Amino acid sequence: MLASRNVRPAAGHRMAAAPGQRALLAGHPGRRVMVAAKAQKKEIMMWEALREAIDEEMERDPTVCVMGEDVGHYGGSYKCTFGLYKKYGDMRVLDTPICENGFMGMGVGAAMTGLRPIVEGMNMGFLLLAFNQISNNCGMLHYTSGGQFKVPMVIRGPGGVGRQLGAEHSQRLESYFQSIPGVQLVACSTVRNSKALLKAAIRSDNPIIFFEHVLLYNVKGEVGDKDEVACLERAEVVREGTDVSIFTYSRMRYVVMQAVNDLVKKGYNPEVIDLISLKPFDMETISKSVRKTRKVIIVEECMKTGGIGASLSAVINESLFNDLDHEVIRLSSQDVPTAYAYELEAATIVQSSQVVDAVERVCGGRVAATV
Amino acid sequence: MQTMLKQHSGFRAAQPGRQVVKVRAVAAPLKTATSAPAKAPLVTPEVAKDLYYDMVLGREFEEMCAQMYYRGKMFGFVHLYSGQEAVSSGVIRLLRPDDHVVSTYRDHVHALSKGVSAREVMAELFGKKTGCCRGQGGSMHMFSAKHNVLGGYAFIGEGIPVGLGAAFQSKYRRDVLGEETSDSVTCSFFGDGTCNVGQFYESLNMAALYKLPHIFVVENNLWAIGMSHLRATSRTSGDETPYIYKKGPAFGMPGVLVDGMDVLKVRQVAQEAVERARRGEGPTLIEAETYRFRGHSLADPDELRSKEEKARYQARDPIPQLKKYMLEHGLATEAEIKALEDKVAEVVEDSVKFADESPKPERGQLLENVFADPRGFGISEDGRYRYQQPGFSSGTAIVS
Repeated sequence: MLASRNVRPAAGHRMAAAPGQRALLAGHPGRRVMVAAKAQKKEIMMWEALREAIDEEMERDPTVCVMGEDVGHYGGSYKCTFGLYKKYGDMRVLDTPICENGFMGMGVGAAMTGLRPIVEGMNMGFLLLAFNQISNNCGMLHYTSGGQFKVPMVIRGPGGVGRQLGAEHSQRLESYFQSIPGVQLVACSTVRNSKALLKAAIRSDNPIIFFEHVLLYNVKGEVGDKDEVACLERAEVVREGTDVSIFTYSRMRYVVMQAVNDLVKKGYNPEVIDLISLKPFDMETISKSVRKTRKVIIVEECMKTGGIGASLSAVINESLFNDLDHEVIRLSSQDVPTAYAYELEAATIVQSSQVVDAVERVCGGRVAATV
Repeated sequence: MQTMLKQHSGFRAAQPGRQVVKVRAVAAPLKTATSAPAKAPLVTPEVAKDLYYDMVLGREFEEMCAQMYYRGKMFGFVHLYSGQEAVSSGVIRLLRPDDHVVSTYRDHVHALSKGVSAREVMAELFGKKTGCCRGQGGSMHMFSAKHNVLGGYAFIGEGIPVGLGAAFQSKYRRDVLGEETSDSVTCSFFGDGTCNVGQFYESLNMAALYKLPHIFVVENNLWAIGMSHLRATSRTSGDETPYIYKKGPAFGMPGVLVDGMDVLKVRQVAQEAVERARRGEGPTLIEAETYRFRGHSLADPDELRSKEEKARYQARDPIPQLKKYMLEHGLATEAEIKALEDKVAEVVEDSVKFADESPKPERGQLLENVFADPRGFGISEDGRYRYQQPGFSSGTAIVS
């Protein structure tokens, strides 16, 4: 079953701006025609979709609650819980002091005893301070307790490289978290999947680390029905193609799609897959795609060393080696702290031109499609 | 808002020169058990016998653990509680079944006091399937959902915020879910070394801020492995030595110092803290002065603590103290006490036999309980969830 049956890739979203891509924002061609749909459904921003997910799940289940810094009166640093404290009260939308380790542990204890806390990291990077609780408690105690206690909590927040936020606020913690047993890592990327995935994460009995991206909160798109709940383990086929499989996630999906625009003009037909589930990988979707195109490019924002791409590449090499016609290519961030300066920051992360180059390299030259 | 903790006889309120906080519950160090017994016994014969049984069980269980460790029946780090029984028994035996307990790596006896059977704890230590965590936790990770033991947490301080979460849940049930009868409390146990960890302070702050029904129980045994409390912790203002209990009022909660070698005093102090928490008046910090009669763990050569210091605390062993009290106050006869001790010996022997004869975990356990929802293992190439594949229930599948 393809992910698109669960969550169709949202069409018509605006491109997320990021270093090295500003120029491309202005023109914005190729917005798909969805006039009919638009007449019925209005587009909202991703932060609004996430807020809707939290609101609807809190309404549905009184044990769902939110904890974190500035989630209440302030409404969340990216407004994902805006106004919810008025509806649900201070206790269900709990403003915590600045103590990541402390309130993460409190979330674990609450989850163990029957609540379903959504713990927000104001910035994902701050969760390094809660690493012990996430690893040792969230990840392990269902197992160490012999299955007696479960930890149904969602740890969510903004991560990734924003715009000149400096090294500490530009971290991609998915690579740090991926080796923790017992947690699932989910990265949303569109308005529609962000809402449907967050709802699924809240309903899951497993601890879910839910990655949002600082530059995607204002992306616009439509959401599905109120009942649309995505499958947390499914990748999303963003674009079907035959030449090469490009695996990506989070904001890099947009960088890839930008490259695809150019590549299509050049006569390439790449397949693009949004991993969504960074741990575990959806091996069905991944292997089907690899067997079809026989070439793999991984585009990610996290570090090359020990990153998501490193793990995915290893898995593909291990299990699909005979289906490959070309070595796996990884386009990752440089292994450097993210600089403040615009140019250095842009040089740290993958740009769409690199994706174009990589596809051309892997697929060989093509005659440009006649326009 | 903060009600004052009533002062026990024998406590004296320490009055700092400057009263910024209204809480005046800071108690001065207690006199130890050498003080003359009051005429009316502090507890009923039933309670006294229960406490005595629980303390002797704790002691005998741990001494048996040492034997079993040296006999190669258990491995890893094993931290024994011997000497500190008055704290576990004094606090936990007055809790209700729905109250929660959070412990540390030194957790066997907390689990026993909360009602987990000696069989289950011993079998866990033997790494057997019948252990309270099916052999998956071990010495430092004792859990019991049935008895609301939220676990032994092996890293310093990490259990306290978890305890806070349980207390939050109790308050949430009452305030948000409208369960009016929800008044369970949570007791988190930890040592003097933990009181220099940030999580301790983060938790003191949040517990007081949200008025959570949470009791911080510091088992101050003076040593964090080889680091003396006096070398690790800066002195509280105006004192010759550091007092942890004085950190309670700094956060707006009562702090109480109690002789942790006297189970009745511990119980008295804990009773007040528990009642206070149940009334919705918030947390309490209890510092119980105690001592471990053995090294930090069975792997610790224990070379730094002086003979004199050990002898001084050995003389205050909580178990003979309670026995003496019970006899003097007519709470039990010699014969009854002997019967309790015999019962303990029987239970501990039985736990070893049970653990020894219990089956080892099967390979199939390997992949169980990693995720509460096994879909967390993901989807395999054939489109099925991995947990539905052959080899999963036998524990032979490769899961990533």
